[in-house]
Amino acid sequence: MAKYILKRFMLAALTVFVVASITFFLMNMVPGGPFVAEKSISEQAQAALNEKFGMDKPLIVQYKNYMLSAAHGDFGLSLKQRGRTVAEIITSKFPVSARLGGISVVLSLLIGIPLGSIAALNRGRWVDDLIIVIATCGIAFPSFVICTVGLYIFGVYLGWLPTMGLTTPLHYILPVFALAFYPTAYITRLMRSSMLDVIGQDYMRTARAKGLSQHVSLFKHALRNAILPVITYVGPMLAYTLTGSMVVEKIFVIPGLGGQFVSSIMTRDYTVIMGTTIFLATLVIMMNALVDIVYKFVDPRIQLK
Amino acid sequence: MAEKNLVSFQLKVEDFLPATDAEKQSLTQMRPGVSFWKDAMRRMKKNKVAMISLCVILIIMIFSFILPSYYPYHYGQQIQGSEYLGPMTYSPQEQVRIDAGEKVFPHILGTDNLGRDYAVRVMVGSRISLSVGLIAAGIILVIGSIYGAVSGFFGGWVDLIMMRIVDIIYTVPDILLIVLISFALKDPMQTLAEKPGFAWIQTIGVNLISIFLVFALLYWVGMARIVRSQVLTLKQNEYVTAARALGAGSGRIIRKHLLTNSIGTLIVMTTLQIPSAIFTESFLSFLGLGVAIPLPSLGSLASDALNGLNTYPYLLLAPALLISLIILSFNLFGDGLRDAFDPKMKS
Repeated sequence: MAKYILKRFMLAALTVFVVASITFFLMNMVPGGPFVAEKSISEQAQAALNEKFGMDKPLIVQYKNYMLSAAHGDFGLSLKQRGRTVAEIITSKFPVSARLGGISVVLSLLIGIPLGSIAALNRGRWVDDLIIVIATCGIAFPSFVICTVGLYIFGVYLGWLPTMGLTTPLHYILPVFALAFYPTAYITRLMRSSMLDVIGQDYMRTARAKGLSQHVSLFKHALRNAILPVITYVGPMLAYTLTGSMVVEKIFVIPGLGGQFVSSIMTRDYTVIMGTTIFLATLVIMMNALVDIVYKFVDPRIQLK
Repeated sequence: MAEKNLVSFQLKVEDFLPATDAEKQSLTQMRPGVSFWKDAMRRMKKNKVAMISLCVILIIMIFSFILPSYYPYHYGQQIQGSEYLGPMTYSPQEQVRIDAGEKVFPHILGTDNLGRDYAVRVMVGSRISLSVGLIAAGIILVIGSIYGAVSGFFGGWVDLIMMRIVDIIYTVPDILLIVLISFALKDPMQTLAEKPGFAWIQTIGVNLISIFLVFALLYWVGMARIVRSQVLTLKQNEYVTAARALGAGSGRIIRKHLLTNSIGTLIVMTTLQIPSAIFTESFLSFLGLGVAIPLPSLGSLASDALNGLNTYPYLLLAPALLISLIILSFNLFGDGLRDAFDPKMKS
């Protein structure tokens, strides 16, 4: 077990390293550098700026320096927001995104798992059909469609919900709805198919035959087994929520990390882009590793390699 | 006949007599064999949802690939004085022409902020989305199947290294890298496009090429994994040994036997890649990293419509509905294909 955990985290660390390296070299591929866009800048000033940010050194030295300081959590200074470090920006913006994403993840699990189970237990009846239709639509609608249409209907047309910012609980409804829609639909489908699989198993018949009540057999036997595939989806779901938050935060003008990432791309704030990418990638990769390990704990049938 | 000793080696003579006509008859097939394709097609035709989705896809394809060439308006054409027209309305200038007895083609979906006919823009936008989906699926198919087949076929350390690479790419948050790559590639591609011989880059669009590159770099891993697992089981078959005994090389076995035998999986996987590629493209276009102006894409149309949402909500509705419809039909069609080609894979 310890060996597996170690191996999994080694792979995760390697992945983080690869992503960080790719990010670094991709950013350096962009010709001209970050200060060229700023107009009327003298050559001395250009050189001074380059020196200040260590950009006059050979690429490989820059790479080494950046990786070393990034490993210590220092992503340098923002190029466009004067006087702020990238780490500061991340720590100030990330909690907003994390709260939004966390609520969405929990909500989609809380809705998706029961919904999928209900569909499976009522297979072929109208409840099942209805849930499948909703879930299929949920997978097909891109998050920006949900966002913009929801924004128009509830924010503009009916005027029930606020359309910007994230100050009151009411502000959370639309963004969370938009973020949680796809994962909920996906979990519902996943849960339905795995539940159908489980209730056809022999041990379910055995459980009923030995006199367990419907409730006990469902919750202790069926649900525990059927929920396993959903656990594997938590990793990808996290990645989805992060990327979804880029769109959602842009549309609802929420001061989170996803929106920050997009706007720093628009303003070409290199250090912020790199820092954010490495930070988010590390988060997703580590969560993936964690989910894998938890999965092995939860399901003892899985062999450890 | 005397009772036969069970352990005796004495042969039964009647086993070696020529078969009678009745025996021959019993072995003849009573109906022609059903081929793999026919079998799949039959199951496909029974699936109403999948057939309807296929029809929807075909209709959208006609609308987006054929119709814009015959449409009276061009997607970049700015009509003076007809900015922000509502659906089926005419600008004053056009009204004058109509009153003069001239025929003016109606703006079915109205016009946008620059006076461009919205219907044709939506059609061209869905053309972009569909092309991205189809081409990206093709790229994924080629790279993923070759990579997976090679990895599964050779096994050993080749497999080990190739699959570790897949593992790494698999856990990378793809959208982050897509955004990053399409951003970083923009300028180098632009300079490349200005060199002689690379003018085609400009016509396709720098961002579009970046999107394809990203698909080629990142999205094939799911395909590679599934093809590998197929090849791992398929290569145990006798016909592979037979082919090898007849002197076939590894390349030939992979091409002619292993990939051919996993064609059902390949088709299903490729079809299901199309909606996810369209999804990604619309997402990137929505963030402003997609196709270049004035070329529309459903994502960028929706993004543009957001600015005038309070006054012109109908500009949002068409692209948003269409992109959802396209992704929905491809998903349902892919599900139908999966049921038809591989009933065991049914989820």
